[in-house]
Amino acid sequence: MAAAVGRICGARLLKNYGIVTPQVCQLSTGAQGWTRNRKIWLSTLGVVSGGVGALLFALEQSVQASGSEAHPPHQPWSHDGWFKSLDHASVRRGYEVYKQVCKACHSLQYIAFRNLVNVTHTEEEAKAEAADVMIKDGPDEEGNFFERPGKLSDYLPSPYPNENAARAANNGAYPPDLSLIVSGRKGGEDYIFALLTGYMEAPAGVVLREGQNYNPYFPGGAISMAQVLFDEAAEYSDGTVATASQLAKDVSTFLRWCSEPELDERRLMTIKSMGMFTLMAVVAYYFKRHKWSTMKSRKLAYKPVSKK
Amino acid sequence: MSMWASLNRSVFKKTSTFFLAAALGTFFFERSFELASVAIFESLNKGKLWNDIKHKYEH
Repeated sequence: MAAAVGRICGARLLKNYGIVTPQVCQLSTGAQGWTRNRKIWLSTLGVVSGGVGALLFALEQSVQASGSEAHPPHQPWSHDGWFKSLDHASVRRGYEVYKQVCKACHSLQYIAFRNLVNVTHTEEEAKAEAADVMIKDGPDEEGNFFERPGKLSDYLPSPYPNENAARAANNGAYPPDLSLIVSGRKGGEDYIFALLTGYMEAPAGVVLREGQNYNPYFPGGAISMAQVLFDEAAEYSDGTVATASQLAKDVSTFLRWCSEPELDERRLMTIKSMGMFTLMAVVAYYFKRHKWSTMKSRKLAYKPVSKK
Repeated sequence: MSMWASLNRSVFKKTSTFFLAAALGTFFFERSFELASVAIFESLNKGKLWNDIKHKYEH
């Protein structure tokens, strides 16, 4: 390795030219003046690194193909794209689905009621949502814990006090927290949507234990969560028809917002940075032309001195 | 050309006016760039943002 690095450096790739100002021939990227060794070493380096990259890509692909689970098909999410924000009406409906269906087993412990303000709910609505739930607080002056209606600063209450209680109530399976689930699962919201709508009869030869269901998108196929989203499984306040796929789409969008509440901000930042870098590229191009104009237009004259 | 030259003479030659021009230019550039970016973002995502749906829920 060290020898290879030495050879490549010896091929003048990293040579320090000292305090002499850069000459055009040294800054040039043309390969005409290269020695044979330099050409061999650099092309070897290129071929090896390209080959290693291709090998890693091929291995990654083959690992995907070797699993037993079905790959979720890509859905046309309205927030897919460099500049596309979340559909906030959909996020609001997704919150309603979470509240009516998912909340029975899944916690959402990193989302607070204040996060909903000006995203899906007005401040008054978010306060009313918070006041609907009881939050354990304390200790009070006598050292006792007590329950009080929620405030905007409270986090969404979990259905179970701890993981053991959750496992005991769900046949030993732990319903994961949903705050970061879309970022934490391969396939993101496509996976969530496919999982929620993908329940089916177990094919012949698949043995399910008591309380398990078959879902081809779940790694292993046997999932402890039963199908929960049916047509009209939840009710929308804005009058949208609550088909099973509509419910799954809205809750997936909502969970994408939970995982990445800053998504809209990032889309806006993409627009800003593209504008900024365009301006800077124009300046850099002008500056390069400006600096090189003397180098490109100068002439060196060699005048031999006669001996006599 | 003469406008550029007079601008150069009256503003950019003196350090105090040069920095004043840089500060003022930064302020106005930032404001207009920000407003333009937000306008592009909102027109691309019309109907999807909270500002577009909040009138339904505010009384």
